[in-house]
Amino acid sequence: MTATTSPDAHQASTAARGAAARSSGGAEPDVEILDVTKRFGDVVAVDAMHLRIASGSFYSFLGPSGCGKTTTLRMIAGFEQPTAGEILLAGQPIAGVPPYKRNVNTVFQHYALFPHMDVAQNVGYGLRQRKVERTEEQRRVGEALALVRLDGYERRRTWEMSGGQQQRVALARALVNRPTVLLLDEPLGALDLKLRKEMQLELKALQREVGITFVYVTHDQEEALTMSDVIVVMREGRIQQQGGPTELYERPVNRFVADFIGTSNFIPATVVEFDAGTRVAVARTESGLVLRGRITDPEGSLAAGDSVTFATRPERLDVIAAEGAGDAPSGVVQVAGRVRQGTYLGDQTEYRVETEQVGELIVSHQNASGAEGATGVGPGDRVVVRWNEEANLVLAG
Amino acid sequence: MQSGTTRTGAGSDGLGGRIRSALLTFVLILPAGAWYLVLLVAPLVIITIFSFGVRAKNGGYAPAFVLDNYGAILGDLDKAAPFTTSLSMAIAGTIGCLLVGLPLAYFIATRGGSRKGLFILLLVIPFWTSFLIRTYSWLIVLGPENLGGFVGDVIGDDSFRILGTPLAVLIGLVYGYLPLMVFPLYVTLERMDRTLVEASKDLGASRWATFRQVTLPIALPGLITGSILVFIPMMGEYVIPQILGYGRIYLVGNALVTDFLEARNWPAGSAKAVVLIAVMMFTVTFYTWFVNRGRRGREVSVL
Repeated sequence: MTATTSPDAHQASTAARGAAARSSGGAEPDVEILDVTKRFGDVVAVDAMHLRIASGSFYSFLGPSGCGKTTTLRMIAGFEQPTAGEILLAGQPIAGVPPYKRNVNTVFQHYALFPHMDVAQNVGYGLRQRKVERTEEQRRVGEALALVRLDGYERRRTWEMSGGQQQRVALARALVNRPTVLLLDEPLGALDLKLRKEMQLELKALQREVGITFVYVTHDQEEALTMSDVIVVMREGRIQQQGGPTELYERPVNRFVADFIGTSNFIPATVVEFDAGTRVAVARTESGLVLRGRITDPEGSLAAGDSVTFATRPERLDVIAAEGAGDAPSGVVQVAGRVRQGTYLGDQTEYRVETEQVGELIVSHQNASGAEGATGVGPGDRVVVRWNEEANLVLAG
Repeated sequence: MQSGTTRTGAGSDGLGGRIRSALLTFVLILPAGAWYLVLLVAPLVIITIFSFGVRAKNGGYAPAFVLDNYGAILGDLDKAAPFTTSLSMAIAGTIGCLLVGLPLAYFIATRGGSRKGLFILLLVIPFWTSFLIRTYSWLIVLGPENLGGFVGDVIGDDSFRILGTPLAVLIGLVYGYLPLMVFPLYVTLERMDRTLVEASKDLGASRWATFRQVTLPIALPGLITGSILVFIPMMGEYVIPQILGYGRIYLVGNALVTDFLEARNWPAGSAKAVVLIAVMMFTVTFYTWFVNRGRRGREVSVL
């Protein structure tokens, strides 16, 4: 799960695709995006993207708007054609195959339900295009509606339904066709927060139940973390990192990922020593603080004198009143500072601590033992911030 | 007691409010109401009364109550002919407007891009010129020196003419009323959510299947409005058949002119006018029912 796959590996596996790959069973990818580039005029929307989407899994394309995630989705659906490269669907190249001949269905951002049809007619639309028999259509429409818990709504008009219900109709309309891949283009964006959270869990459960590959586009990192088996983080048309939620959160390979997924404290430093065997770097900040940590990018390499960024997650940091704090045990980083702000957020309190050595640090304290917290510190107090060296993520650049 | 008084006070206040509100409604409706009463309802009543009368000696109307005027239209095939001609020309003209207008409206709405306004302007510009001048210019375009002669040459028939034939009238009708068909269609197609087309293709419908099952049904309200907007004036058209049809294509409009202005038989003309209204109402009602059948909920209204 690295930021980039080597081109050699890709070519070898492309050649091996076919009989050998087919016979290997369920592990073969449903969608293969092979060095795909998409340009709109001078703008490069997707830049030499290379990705395999494993069968039966929940993939999310995550990134800020304009990162190329929706363009990628539209290329899989067939609404856009790649400028260069190739997309394979279930092992078959699909260049020039129109959307209506691809066994792929999309759940659109604003549902795109047909206003002149009732719920059952909407859901059965795809089946009617394939000339599925009338009784068979009714049966499958009923099944699909039951799947999204809308049984009994067959004769409803879609514009009389709530946003969440319309969302389910859109899902049923896509799933009833049993697509190889289901594409979802920020489908929860129009729902309110509470409903969105419910639908996230429901979508994930639904995906497990039907076993169809889901490709989900979102700019919401929490949404991606909640549902995905694999998150593909994109920026400016390029894949930054792909991996499971834990991997992305615990071992982001660059500053963009560390910043986009969750919150991080960033401390710039210069490498003093790098051990290629243990992949541990020792570095010194401008203020002279020496930090140790493991580089997260498995392909990255460092040399003395390189500039790096140390990232730490706020919840890995502790804040303690300076008085009587004493010296830090070995393997623990300690910096002194003054609390600038403490924000009580219910389940946690977020402190912003101004330090002389490394600038501002965000410390998140879980209020596991009551409201006013056990830290006993507030704005203006002198404190020390401590964290275990193991929390240090070393990012190149 | 105290509360009772208060309630009575509030009640009378509410009554006063209601009266004022009713008065305001009346004032707001008055201009339009008076307009319709004087210029629509009253003339309708008058021609209905006239249609049962007889022709005065020197022309015009003399009071009576006879059914001869209607009997003449319904009993005499020659007198009924303008109705069937009008009906068939108006239907053909409406279909013609649809065949030309639908692709045009679809093109402007979906492919117009930033030039939509320009296309609409181009469609409107000819209408800054007088209707008569535009119709007369078709005399030149379709004349024997131009299109008429050209088609004659191509098919090798020197006597071939377009002017004076139903075709010339049809061309004139479609040209004259096309914008009335294009605008409502354009508005519904422009308002239509384009992702519906993508959704349809995504669900396995080809381009044509998508047009038939999604675009057309959604454009239906515009299509119905447009059809009615062009059909009704076409039924009463007089100038176009007179100029481009050389008066040989005899529509109800021409028959009315003959009755009122030449024969000065007002009751006969009035009866024709009443029958014309009846035919139009029946046709439009039937048409609206026909295209709306099987559609539940969102009915498309006629007016």
